[in-house]
Amino acid sequence: MNTNSASRLWSVGIVSVALVLALPVLVIAGFVFVPAGDTWRHLAATVLPDYVTNSLLLMLGVTVGTLIGGVGTAWLTSMCQFPGRGLFEWALLLPMAMPAYIIAYTYTGMLDFAGPVQTSLRGLTGWGYGDYWFPEVRSLGGAALMLSLVLYPYVYLLTRAAFLSQSLCVLDVSRTLGNGPWQTFWRVALPLARPAIAAGLSLALMETLADYGTVQYFGVQTFTTGIFRTWYGLGDPAGAAQLSALLLSFVLVLIALEQSSRRHSRYHQTSQRHQSIRRHRLRGWRAAAAIAFSALPLLFGFLIPAGQLAAWAATIAHTVYDTRFLSLVLHSLGLAAVAALAALVFAVLLAYGKRLHPSPPVRTAVRLAGLGYAVPGTVIAIGVIIPFAWLDNTLDAWLRATFQVSTGLLLSGTLAALLFAYLVRFLAVALQTVEAGLGKIRPSMDEAARSMALRPGQVLRRVHLPMLKGSLITALLLVFVDVLKELPATLILRPFNFNTLAVRAFELASDERLADSAPAALTIVLAGLIPVILLSRSITRSRDAHST
Amino acid sequence: MNAIFRTFAVAAALMLGLPAVAADEVNVYSSRKEELIKPLLDRFTAQTGIAVNLVTGKEDALLQRLKSEGANSPADLLVTTDAGNLYRAKAAGVTQPLVSDTLSTAVPAVFRDPESHWVGLTMRARPIMYVKGKVDPATLSTYEALAGADFKGRICIRSSDNIYNQSLVASLIAANGEAATETWAAALVANLARPPKGGDRDQIKAAAAGECDIAVANTYYLAGMLTGKDPADRTAAESMAVFWPNQDGRGTHVNVSGAALTAAAKHKDAAVQLVEFLASPESQQWYAQENGEYPVRDGVAVSATLSAWGPFKADSLNLARLGELNAPAVKLMDRAGWK
Repeated sequence: MNTNSASRLWSVGIVSVALVLALPVLVIAGFVFVPAGDTWRHLAATVLPDYVTNSLLLMLGVTVGTLIGGVGTAWLTSMCQFPGRGLFEWALLLPMAMPAYIIAYTYTGMLDFAGPVQTSLRGLTGWGYGDYWFPEVRSLGGAALMLSLVLYPYVYLLTRAAFLSQSLCVLDVSRTLGNGPWQTFWRVALPLARPAIAAGLSLALMETLADYGTVQYFGVQTFTTGIFRTWYGLGDPAGAAQLSALLLSFVLVLIALEQSSRRHSRYHQTSQRHQSIRRHRLRGWRAAAAIAFSALPLLFGFLIPAGQLAAWAATIAHTVYDTRFLSLVLHSLGLAAVAALAALVFAVLLAYGKRLHPSPPVRTAVRLAGLGYAVPGTVIAIGVIIPFAWLDNTLDAWLRATFQVSTGLLLSGTLAALLFAYLVRFLAVALQTVEAGLGKIRPSMDEAARSMALRPGQVLRRVHLPMLKGSLITALLLVFVDVLKELPATLILRPFNFNTLAVRAFELASDERLADSAPAALTIVLAGLIPVILLSRSITRSRDAHST
Repeated sequence: MNAIFRTFAVAAALMLGLPAVAADEVNVYSSRKEELIKPLLDRFTAQTGIAVNLVTGKEDALLQRLKSEGANSPADLLVTTDAGNLYRAKAAGVTQPLVSDTLSTAVPAVFRDPESHWVGLTMRARPIMYVKGKVDPATLSTYEALAGADFKGRICIRSSDNIYNQSLVASLIAANGEAATETWAAALVANLARPPKGGDRDQIKAAAAGECDIAVANTYYLAGMLTGKDPADRTAAESMAVFWPNQDGRGTHVNVSGAALTAAAKHKDAAVQLVEFLASPESQQWYAQENGEYPVRDGVAVSATLSAWGPFKADSLNLARLGELNAPAVKLMDRAGWK
C-alpha cells in the first residue's frame, strides 16, 4: 500500500466514524428544514430575547466563576506552598462529583425563604417577610453560582496539569529577567496555559448551555428551557430543533473565537526536562488568604451540599439500602465504565487521525462529532431514537419482504442505543483532553519515529500512547464521572426494568421529595469521588515521574 | 494504569446480566414515577402471574419513542399523567381503542376518551390554598377572581412551563374564551408575590412562611406534606387550608392520570387486564391512601386527609379539550408575561 492511498483510507475512515457520532446532532439540525409554522414569529415576539439574554448572562457568570475558582486555585496549589496545599490539591476536584441539579435542589432546600437558614434568622431577629434582604438563590445569579461551583474543577484540572507540565526553565528565565511571582503568573505562565484554560472553560460553558435541571428548577428561562417548552408545550418538534440549532451556533462561535485567538501561536514545550517545582512559600496573612481562597470552592461546592445530603439520607437510611439499591449502583457504575472506555477509544482514534491528516474535511468532521456536549441530553436522545428506530424498522421490513422473518427492534430500547447516546454526548470531554495532550507532543517526535520506518499505528502505540498516559486516564475518568451523573438520555433510552442512581435520585427529587432522593444522590457523589481522587493522584504522579 | 483499565473492564462485564423475559408479560411505558406505580404492578403480578416490564420517563420523550418505534414497539401500555399527554398520544396515532365493559362501567365518561383510546385512572384537583387566619375564605370565590385588585402581591403559583398550569389555563380558555383569559393571565401575573419558581410544594411552603397568602397547587402535594416525614413540611402544610373554587359555576379544575393501549400492543389481553386491575377498587384505594389522589370511580373511600377537605364539584369539561387547547394556552401565557 502506498502512502497516498493509506492516507486517504485514514481520512475516509476518520470522517465516517466522526459522522456516525455526529448523526444525532445532524438529525436534529435537519429539522431546521422542516417548516415550523408560526412558532418562530411567536417566539421572536415574546420570549426569544429573554432566552438569548439569559443564556449569555449565564455563560458570562460561569466564565467569571470558573476562571477565578479554577485558575486561581490551580496556580496556588501547583506553584505555592502553604499549609493544607497537599489536601486541597485533590480535594478541589471533589465538587466535580456533584450533579448540578442536585446541588441546586440542596441549596434551595437550605436557603429558600421557607428553609432552615432564613427561618432561624427570622426566629433570632423577629423579622417577618419583607423586613430584610436575603440573596435569592433561585435566580439567574444563583444558577450561575451553582453551575460555577460544580464546573470550576474542569478548568482547575486542565489548568493545573498545564502549570505542572510547564517547563520550569521558562518560569526560571522569567524570574531571572526580574519578573516577580505575580508578573511571572500574568506574563508567562498564564499565556502558556491558555490552551488548557480555554479547553476547560469551553467544557464548562458547553455543560452550562446543555444544563436543564438547574435552570428549570430556578425558573431561569434559557435556550434549554425554551427548547423543552416549544417541543412539549407548543407540540412543535421542528421549532424546538430550530432553537437547538441556534444553540449550536452559540457553541460554534465559542469554538471559533477560541481557535482564532491562538491561530498564530504554538504551545509545544521546548524542553522535556523538568525539575521538581520549587514552590513559592507563603507565610502569614498570605498563607491564610491562600487557604481561604482554596477552601471556599471546596466548602460551598462539596462539603456543605454533601453534608446536607448525608443529613437527609441518615433520616431514612434504614428504608432504602437493600438489594434493589445495589443493582442501581451496579448499573450506574457498569454503564459509566463501558461508556468511558468507548469514548476513550474513539477520542484517540479521532484526535490522532486529525493530527495525521489535518485536512479541512477531517477537521470539520471531528469538530462535528464533539458538538454533542453542548446539546441537552434529551435532545440527543431524540436524535438517537429517530435514526435507530428507522434503521430497525427498515431492516425488519426488508427481511419480512424478502425472507418472511421479523427481527423486531434490534437496537432501539437496548443498552447499545444508550451507550451510543453517551458517546455522542460526552465524546467532546475525552477528545478535548486527548487533543490537549497530543498538542503538547512536538511534531518532530512523530517525524523522528516515522523516519525510523514506523507506520502511523505503530507511532501511536509506541510513542504517543505512552507519552499520553496522563491525558488518557484523565479522559477516562472525566467521562466516567459525567456518565454517572447523566440523567435525561438515560431516562429516555434505557431498556425495560433498568434503573440507575441518577434516575432514582431525579424521580424522587422532581416529585419534591428531597430527603427521599438523598441516598441515591449521595451515592452518585460517593461513587464519583473514587475516580476523582484517582485522577488527582495520576496527575501529581505524572509530574513527579517527569522530574528527575 | 493497567489496574484502572482492568477495573473498568470488570465493571463492564458485571452489567451484561440482563433480566430474563417471562412467557406472559405486559410492557409498560410510564411517565408516572416508579414509586407511584411499581407497588401496584407487583401486586398485579402476584395475583395473575403476568410479569410487568417497566420503563419510566418523561411523557413527551416516551411518546417520541413510541412514534419512532412504530409497529415494532415493544410497549403495550402508555401510562401517563395529565389528559393533555393522553390526548397527544392519541393524536399521534400510536394508540388504539381499549374496549372493556368493566372499564366503561367503572370509570365515568368525562374521564374517558370519547373513542376509548385512553382511560383515566386517578383524579387530581388543583384548588386554591390559603393561609389560615390570614385570608378570610369568604373573600375567595373563583380562579377568575384571583386576578382582582385585592389580591395584589399575595399569590404564589409555579412557572407556566408546567403542564398543570397549562391545563388550568386551557380550562379557562374553554370556559371564557381566549381574549378574556389573556386579560386574566396578565392581571394574575401582576398579582404574584414573586416571579414563578419551584414546584407546587414550594408555593405551599412560601405561603406558609409568609411570602404570599394564597397558593395554587395540586392537592396531593399538600397531602404528601401532611403525611410526610419532614416535620417542617408538616408544620407548613398544617397552616394551610383548601378552598374549592368555582363551586357555583363549572366546578374546580381537575385532571387525571391515565392509561392508553398502544397501536403496536402485542399482549393486548394482558394489557387490558392490567388496566382493569388499576381501575379496581383495591388499586383506587391504594392511590387515594399512598399519593393523596382522588379515585375515578364511586364508592372508594379516600384517606382521612382528603376527606377532611370535604367534597367538591369538579369541572365537567371533557378532558380531551384540555389537550386541544394546550398550545393556545402556552402562547397566551408567553404573551401575558407568565414566566
